[in-house]
Amino acid sequence: MTTLMALTAGVLFACGTYLVLGRQLSRLIIGIGLLGHGANVIIVLAGGFGGEPAFVGGDVDDFADPLPQALVLTAIVITFGVIAFLLALAYRSWVLNDDDHVEDDVEDLRILDEALHRAAEEADRVAAEEAQR
Amino acid sequence: MSALISLPILLPLLGAAVSIGVGRSRDAQRIVGVVTLTSVVAVSAVLLARVDDQGTTALQVGGWDAPIGITLVADRLAVMVLLASVIMLLAVLVFAIGQPGAERNHVGFHPVYLVLSAGVGLAVLTGDLFNLFVAFEVMLMSSYVLITLGGRRDQVRSGMTYVVISLMASMLFLVSIGLVYAATGTVNLADLGPKVAELPDGLRSGFAVLLIVVFGIKAAIFPLFFWLPDSYPTAPTPVTAIFAGLLTKVGVYALIRTQTLLFPEDSRPGELLLVVAGLTMVIGVLGAITQYDIKRLLSFHIVSQIGYMVMGLGFFTVAGVAGAVIYVVHQIVVKTTLFMVGGLVELRAGTGELDRIGGLARLEPVLAVLYLLPALSLAGIPPFSGFVAKLALVDAGFEAGQYAVVGVSLFVSVLTLFSMTKIWANVFWEVPEVQPSREAELSTAFGRSLMVGSTAAVVAVSLAIAAWAGPIYDLSTRAAEDVMDVSVYREAVLDP
Repeated sequence: MTTLMALTAGVLFACGTYLVLGRQLSRLIIGIGLLGHGANVIIVLAGGFGGEPAFVGGDVDDFADPLPQALVLTAIVITFGVIAFLLALAYRSWVLNDDDHVEDDVEDLRILDEALHRAAEEADRVAAEEAQR
Repeated sequence: MSALISLPILLPLLGAAVSIGVGRSRDAQRIVGVVTLTSVVAVSAVLLARVDDQGTTALQVGGWDAPIGITLVADRLAVMVLLASVIMLLAVLVFAIGQPGAERNHVGFHPVYLVLSAGVGLAVLTGDLFNLFVAFEVMLMSSYVLITLGGRRDQVRSGMTYVVISLMASMLFLVSIGLVYAATGTVNLADLGPKVAELPDGLRSGFAVLLIVVFGIKAAIFPLFFWLPDSYPTAPTPVTAIFAGLLTKVGVYALIRTQTLLFPEDSRPGELLLVVAGLTMVIGVLGAITQYDIKRLLSFHIVSQIGYMVMGLGFFTVAGVAGAVIYVVHQIVVKTTLFMVGGLVELRAGTGELDRIGGLARLEPVLAVLYLLPALSLAGIPPFSGFVAKLALVDAGFEAGQYAVVGVSLFVSVLTLFSMTKIWANVFWEVPEVQPSREAELSTAFGRSLMVGSTAAVVAVSLAIAAWAGPIYDLSTRAAEDVMDVSVYREAVLDP
């Protein structure tokens, strides 16, 4: 059972990472959600084997560990809030840009610009030299 | 006494609730915000005096004793960082009230700002790994809102990067908590130490590196800093100033706390931290030198300066950590100040591009003085607070015999001074060539005096650190002794 759960967490992480690396915001948000699920599975797994519900009677030795359950509830709520915010942000980005791609980095664009500029100059120079010949 | 510890978290949350309630009136929101933060400053000051007098104190929330319940711990390190942070939060709030823009246009600014303050308070005071995660989320969630508050195109773009990177760090943090709990059965920081010590070596180093990566992303250390210079400059000035001053330093604080408290002396990753610290300083300052926008340039300096704090931690000696502590306090103040001045320059000149500004020294002599003092302090020129902090670190480095990284840090200081003079020469000298921004036309004389007044106040705080360098250094040495001697913390939490 533990192996199966560990595998589940692994697959969730793999899919989440793959989606987060893409440039489409909608996929990215689903990716973040999957990563969150993966983390939650790991926390539940940290509690060890299941058992009786805690604190409502029964033998203490049969209790399931209640702490990871409390932790995971908090984590789920936080992930929920964050994803709601991300969706709002992605919608705003869509309204402003008419598509849901991650935009280029300003610095990257500057470097690209300079590189293109330099390449154009180089091409001009070569052309001029050939014309001289 | 111990009930006081909860106030820096509860007061801002209460203030945020009231602030939403009176959302219709901006004036009422301003009064609520300033009153709340002023009382948090007062509480933190009292707390610092008490903690320095009586030693580390813990509050078991809800009467559930550690390690079962949630614990809040006030030790000298936590309260020093807390006090410096809330003073800056108050000053920046006054600045924001004076500036036309974010604060005036959005109902949400004041409540979210107060929640940010509560998050910072919880992050430094918590004694529990999971609660640290919650504190980071509270803090980051408010920062997500603040950084995208205008909803402008560039803000949404850089905000997206910032949110996604922070979320990746949070997910990793969550996973490490799950793994740590699976291995030890507890998340209480004081309780974790002895239990982590019993784990196999490989597992322990794994945890140490995972936590360094998690807090390294939040603190923007090399090579995990790339999101910072891109996202901070697009936010409104008060937001950038408070992020620059607080968020990365809370990351460094968490790094100091977890690396010392959780891992036994023989398995601390000192070498790794020193290498990373050296690279962070050099890459950060080189990035700063190539920039031509005042806020972007200063953003790279945030990265560079983080290296110094990590270096202090990397020595893992009392003197090293004391140096790191005083450096954190100095940076919280100076970085906030520089961004406030940067904002004032942008407001006056209508742009942050160094090439398009000039001659401000003649037009705005007050601004020139307000820039010069923290800039020299950042570079570590005596007699400012930066000199005190750097001297403490260099001293600790020689004591620990780590000459290479100390040499790097001194070299980076020279480059820092160079890039500070680059701003000075471009912005304050040269031929006057400025046209006030649209925002400047909107600002009233009263608003302007609030902005300049709050900036002058934080410059005064930074000068006060230099003036009382002796007592503050002694205080941070005592704080570092508590941090390095983990039994102090454990006893305060586990058997008070």
